Amino acid sequence: MSGTYLGMPSFPKAAKDAVHNVTLRANLRHATHTIRDKRAKAVAELEDWALLREAGKQIKDHTLRHLDRYLEQLESAVTAAGGTVHWAADAEEANRIVADLVKATGESEVVKVKSMATQEIGLNEALKAEGISAYETDLAELIVQLGDDRPSHILVPAIHRNRAEIRDIFERKMGSWGRPAPDGLSDSPAELAEAARLHLREKFLRAKVGISGANFMVAETGTLVVFESEGNGRMCLTLPETLISVVGIEKVVPGWRDLEVFLQTLPRSSTAERMNPYTSMWTGTADADGPRTFHLVLLDNGRTGTLADEVGRQALRCIRCSACLNVCPVYERAGGHAYGSVYPGPIGAILSPQLRGIQSEIDVSLPYASSLCGACYEVCPVAIDIPEVLLHLREKVVDQGGKGHRLEKTAIKAAGWILDHPAALAAVEKTASGTRGLHPGRPPGAGAWTADRELPELPAQSFRDWWKKNRT
Amino acid sequence: MRVALFVTCVNDALYPATGIATVRLLERLGVVVDFPAAQTCCGQPQFNTGYRRETVPLVRRTARAFEGYEYVVIPSGSCAAMVREHYPKFGETALPARTYELTEFLVDVLGVTDVGAYFPHTVTYHPSCHGLRSLGLGERPRRLLEAVKGLELRELPGAEECCGFGGTFAVKNSDVSAAMGQDKVRGAASTGADVLCGADNSCLMHIGGILRRQDAPQRALHIADILASTEEEPLL
Repeated sequence: MSGTYLGMPSFPKAAKDAVHNVTLRANLRHATHTIRDKRAKAVAELEDWALLREAGKQIKDHTLRHLDRYLEQLESAVTAAGGTVHWAADAEEANRIVADLVKATGESEVVKVKSMATQEIGLNEALKAEGISAYETDLAELIVQLGDDRPSHILVPAIHRNRAEIRDIFERKMGSWGRPAPDGLSDSPAELAEAARLHLREKFLRAKVGISGANFMVAETGTLVVFESEGNGRMCLTLPETLISVVGIEKVVPGWRDLEVFLQTLPRSSTAERMNPYTSMWTGTADADGPRTFHLVLLDNGRTGTLADEVGRQALRCIRCSACLNVCPVYERAGGHAYGSVYPGPIGAILSPQLRGIQSEIDVSLPYASSLCGACYEVCPVAIDIPEVLLHLREKVVDQGGKGHRLEKTAIKAAGWILDHPAALAAVEKTASGTRGLHPGRPPGAGAWTADRELPELPAQSFRDWWKKNRT
Repeated sequence: MRVALFVTCVNDALYPATGIATVRLLERLGVVVDFPAAQTCCGQPQFNTGYRRETVPLVRRTARAFEGYEYVVIPSGSCAAMVREHYPKFGETALPARTYELTEFLVDVLGVTDVGAYFPHTVTYHPSCHGLRSLGLGERPRRLLEAVKGLELRELPGAEECCGFGGTFAVKNSDVSAAMGQDKVRGAASTGADVLCGADNSCLMHIGGILRRQDAPQRALHIADILASTEEEPLL
């Protein structure tokens, strides 16, 4: 994934700042609760939601099981429709392919549709290194880009910003990227949107190359599909002469009938809308309209490895709706940046360590960034059992040992011995209760608990003891 | 009717009053209670932290300890969920089918909601996540509380949000855990209830620990403590 995230501290360290940032906490709480409640209403409208969820899960599982076949079918169909298909094993290869394609057009600017895949590979940074400027055109991505910031949510990348902060960013930064913000800009949503519209219009009309991702790819016809709300995507997909789409290999579905399910579940799960405002679909190139040249870059970047894991592979069902982020109590307090990835929240906690490998400080800590409350699984429109995958990844972390887990393993083993010997357990309980007056309220080493909480008071006798005295 | 009580290690060592309350409550309802002494811990802390190998002996021990009992009653949603949801992954399928969380046992097996309890206080109920989502306890605990004489039940805002305990999560991610708990406590305080009630003492250890740190007037109590309370022997 993007070099931006290398050397990220572990989740608990990164979350600490967010937890104590009052403004951020308020922004996140307001935004996630609003979307959460709206989603619940939108989903409740459909009587067959449970069936749609099951269908989405099965379509994805079927496709993933036969991924080789559907990808080759997709390649044939895209090629037949006038497009060119490229295969990228990792981020570096994908970035090189895209940079070379842009350079071949002679252009030094591209406009972008919001895309998770291109953020995952750090495409903007890679293009910049080649002297190519990539302009984000989604409103929230624009805010993030102008603010020299990182996205903190899949659907609402600038969720951590409030209106006043956005106005400041527009005023300070728009001028150095293109058309400056209008004088006397207020923080009213209408004025902010108009400022962005004017700024972006200039880019749309000038751009010769557009770059997108895709929500789905239909194997039978080679059609790519983008769901969006603002219309900026439609501009980028139709105005430029060259269109380059970078898409993860797990985004393929067999046929148009499969799309029917996701057309219902994705908008309701993500923006809580019955239907998203813009659904763009394109198949190769057409003579009379749209881009003259179309390139599809199929991205692996850790997906094949994830597919090989029987428990972990369900993460590849994800359709990036972000419903799991909006219900997650941990995300709400820690914010998206703490997850050290373009994929934050519960899905990020199981996707990032699998795509990147469980090696870095952040990836080792992500499987533990959950209280296992299960709210994410409950809302997932493709039924990814996120707690199950978290537990599976925790086992992998423990199995590979490593820093911090040796001491824990010793403690777990010692406790395990006591718990396998009831007489020893009874003795430990008796000793603890018998000396309870001597225990300090905040014993050394218990700081993680006692910083904000009291320890429970030890009882005079254990239940085991009481039973022995009173019932035997 | 005879049942085996799986008291859980947390209740055994830290909250014996909840175990005693469970025994008194069940006996009052005409149930004969056994306490198989070979029981210790269900293995949930080990399993949820990624120590599957270290979980195995505890799963085997627990399954053996409760062999032969038609009903095994657990006054903890998360330990019951561990047995029900995860024991089959270790090849243990007999125990999960005979395991009941306390409120489930009362409502589904004994068919009672009014257990003859008396508790003249205001109470708000926090449904812990594993009871809520893994076991699907639904309205059972609330129906039991609503039938308690003298008890006034108050709606907890954001009731279904996790309290932030999460086992080792509470120490591995202590800042986020405490922030979640503090929000839970804020919601509970806004109800003005005397007591915050739950069906999982591990969550209540976390919530209660925050309440005590804040010198809050509210106290955390297990639902068994309340259901065991009678006019003759009131708890509070």
